[in-house]
Amino acid sequence: MSQNGEFPDTVTLTIDGREVTVPKGTTILQAAESLGNRIPHYCYHPGMSAPAQCRLCLVEVEGAPKLSPSCVSAAQDGQVVLTESEKAKGMREGVLEFYLKNHPLDCPICDQSGECKLQDYVHEEGRKHGRSREPKRVFGRDDFGGDVLFYGDRCVMCTRCVRFMEEVAQDPLLTVVERGSRSVIDTFFEEGLTGSPYAGNVVDICPVGALVSKDFLHKARAWDLDHTPSICPNCSQGCNIDLHTRDDAVQRLKPRPNLDVNAYWMCDYGRHRYEWINRRDRLEAPVLRGEDGTRARDWPDAIEDVAARLMEAREAEKPVRAVASPHASNEDLAALRAVVESLGGGDIVYRSRRAEDEVPLPGFSQLVRRRDLTPNARGAEILGATRVGDDGATGGLEEVSTHEGVVIVLGDELSDQGASFGQDAALYLYLGSHSTPAADRADALLPVTTFAEQEGSFTNFEGRVQRFWPALRPPGAARPAWMVLGALLARVREDARRPAHVAAAFLRAGELAPEFEGLAFETIGTRGALVNDPVALSGGGS
Amino acid sequence: MAYPYTHEKEVRVLSRGWGDPATRTLEGWKALEGYDGLAKALEMGREKVIEVVKASGLRGRGGAGFPTGVKWSFMPKEKKGVHYLCCNADESEPGTFKDRELMRWTPHQVVEGCLIAAYAIQADHVYIYCRGEFFEANQVLARAVEEAYAAGLAGKDILGSGASIEVTVHQGAGAYICGEETALMNSLEGKRGLPRIKPPFPAAVGAFEQPTTVNNVETLCAIPHIVRNGGEWYRQWGSEKSPGTKLFCVSGHVRRPGNYELPLGFPMNELIEDVCGGIPNGRKLKAVIPGGASVPIMDAEDCDGCSLDYEGVVERGSMLGCASVIVMDDSTNLVKQVRRMVDFFAHESCGQCTPCREGTTWLAQILARIEMGKGTEEDLDTLLDLGAQMTGTTICVLSDSAAVPVASSIEKFKDDYLSLIRRGEPVGAD
Repeated sequence: MSQNGEFPDTVTLTIDGREVTVPKGTTILQAAESLGNRIPHYCYHPGMSAPAQCRLCLVEVEGAPKLSPSCVSAAQDGQVVLTESEKAKGMREGVLEFYLKNHPLDCPICDQSGECKLQDYVHEEGRKHGRSREPKRVFGRDDFGGDVLFYGDRCVMCTRCVRFMEEVAQDPLLTVVERGSRSVIDTFFEEGLTGSPYAGNVVDICPVGALVSKDFLHKARAWDLDHTPSICPNCSQGCNIDLHTRDDAVQRLKPRPNLDVNAYWMCDYGRHRYEWINRRDRLEAPVLRGEDGTRARDWPDAIEDVAARLMEAREAEKPVRAVASPHASNEDLAALRAVVESLGGGDIVYRSRRAEDEVPLPGFSQLVRRRDLTPNARGAEILGATRVGDDGATGGLEEVSTHEGVVIVLGDELSDQGASFGQDAALYLYLGSHSTPAADRADALLPVTTFAEQEGSFTNFEGRVQRFWPALRPPGAARPAWMVLGALLARVREDARRPAHVAAAFLRAGELAPEFEGLAFETIGTRGALVNDPVALSGGGS
Repeated sequence: MAYPYTHEKEVRVLSRGWGDPATRTLEGWKALEGYDGLAKALEMGREKVIEVVKASGLRGRGGAGFPTGVKWSFMPKEKKGVHYLCCNADESEPGTFKDRELMRWTPHQVVEGCLIAAYAIQADHVYIYCRGEFFEANQVLARAVEEAYAAGLAGKDILGSGASIEVTVHQGAGAYICGEETALMNSLEGKRGLPRIKPPFPAAVGAFEQPTTVNNVETLCAIPHIVRNGGEWYRQWGSEKSPGTKLFCVSGHVRRPGNYELPLGFPMNELIEDVCGGIPNGRKLKAVIPGGASVPIMDAEDCDGCSLDYEGVVERGSMLGCASVIVMDDSTNLVKQVRRMVDFFAHESCGQCTPCREGTTWLAQILARIEMGKGTEEDLDTLLDLGAQMTGTTICVLSDSAAVPVASSIEKFKDDYLSLIRRGEPVGAD
């Protein structure tokens, strides 16, 4: 259904012998894409206007006197489109030769190599040898400010970057100067893109290696990177991203299209905060304090021991207080809540950093770098945690730090807390990825994975549950918190079973909070699903 | 008249008054029945004006030769917003210098033509987009517009008719491409002068996203005369399909180069031999470019007996374009001439479309190499192949235009190329 709630008119056309029916107004390029036929193109990008200037997407339309730019030609009923005809292929071969006329062919030292559309297209359809004997034009390299470097000689003049800054960021800091073959992208003043909060996207949309990231420069070859779908952990917007990893470390974050959340974009704030994921000083084994001193244990042992102590505390009716983290997944938080409830219930608090202002993307108004700088504050709230502390995510733990009952901390690094944290606790469990002075007194230090090492889901600011997947190997014996807490729960509550997998752990969230009822991993899909707004897909669960 | 190189075979309709400074003033123009056409048009009503122009068979003088009355009738009949008329005075086709003279000598003729056309298409505002380098023409036009306003001929309630038309002279910034109508509109709006994708066509979505008609200066200058004297009167000159008079800009190897207003269908031989006084120094005709740099080059055989109207020139394998006749004698090496033309197109390409941006420069580089005696015979194949890749593959036709002289010169004057290639020496610096 179209946006105004009516069924749109459709047109039926034939593309390379295959019939396709699309809504009226669909371009030939999009219609072909719906058949899985990607017509080569540079200047067209689905998130921006199409100037039809790269001339690569020209296709033959039977009856038309000239080749048609498929990116701006609306599909017509009965049209017969040929994307692989001699004429269309000859055209592409010719245009690609023009692109290489002044291109430096510096693929061996170009960051884009391996994910370069010029490289791809030329390998697929280009001439074997270029005919140019003329000297090449040289523009050289320019610092565009921010994270962006410009290699003018690699540019294919598609103007995507200029249009992004004009239409989407609505901060027109780039332009084309000069004309003809002297045309070159440039900034207006020395500061260039510096300070423009979404400028990093120009690197993503550059189809070649003309705009590259300083942060990523010469860090990895594209073909050595693994891509894992994930969710940006740096604010509550929940931008869909890919984690690009190599050697078991995140090398960069890239936006992943989701028209309901971030379209094709992400902010520079989120993009450049990934180094913490790669921190190496990790907790790698459960450490328990006992009568025989403090020592590392293996998991069955540790679970057995901790569960026994928890049951002891429950016997003694010790009150429970827990600190959760809005960086933890829905499954982790649900497991924490279930454990707390199994011990007779108790307060769960969380702390989250908040920025002073929101940072909206004017050209796609749904996308805003939110004030809350954590990915799952909403999930924590839904699962019964209360926010405490200030906007720097400090303070607010006075009652917990001196609590005399059971204290459970999940994920909060307690960076503002001293070594005396939990000194009065009857039992203090710390589940985290890194050691912290405030965990010195913990009776059990249980190593858990970060979001990048586990599968799970976050609930974004508007209540959209979105899944992420593991990109890195967990260090040592670290395990997802839902698994650790699930194992404990199975010991302390007779009717509870250890969740066999993360999807089962997610279902526990639905048992605990009506907002999650009816949602299941199989039905969330790639665009996420709003809480209390279950989508029933064919073959899916409830 | 003092205008240089008049000839008795000329029919001076548009060029009447050239050379006489008095014609530049409102008074002087009125003495030549100036603004009678406007008054008559306002009386006739706009539909009648379009009918008369259609009946005259007037074709666009900017180069394409599209019937003007038909073009006007594409404008919406039911007016929903503002309509614009753009007078294309960005004359910059190499070899063309007629609009400059029309503006310099008869600025009121331009203004009157604009006002009548604007009235016919219900335009609220006329923009005269004048080439930036035409400082004098810009000034003269601006003065004429001022006079017209003061006399109640432009602005609110023209001649008490109730029709209101504003006129603005806009000075371009010096780009050939801004003579392309959609690039002109972008430039007018303050954007880069880049041609737009068509459709939508200007009559639907034009300047400032409003219905717009773009007409050439010479086209608009013919309008007052046609309205005053009727369509049939205009048809006394020229042929059935190419009626009227046309300004021919003749340059190159002739004794008397210049602007000549002649009936369409005038024989090319007579233009060169008689009107322009023939080729000097006992040389022989080698080649003619009949319509500005963007049309195919004709050899002497093509020229012999060619009738200078839209159909006659097409018959001989070229196009009349804007009737800028560049004559070359047998001392000319075509490689050098073509290289200069292609250099021009490379310099003026807007750079949007890849085949044009890279292709024009590439052609120019190869031609320069051949000219320097460093070419190969394979280069000719490359030139033709690149030209084919540049034809029909871009948003506007600048790319096609650059390929045209290359292909036609290789076809007709291949020896000029081969001799340079085989001799391995540069063309003399003549």
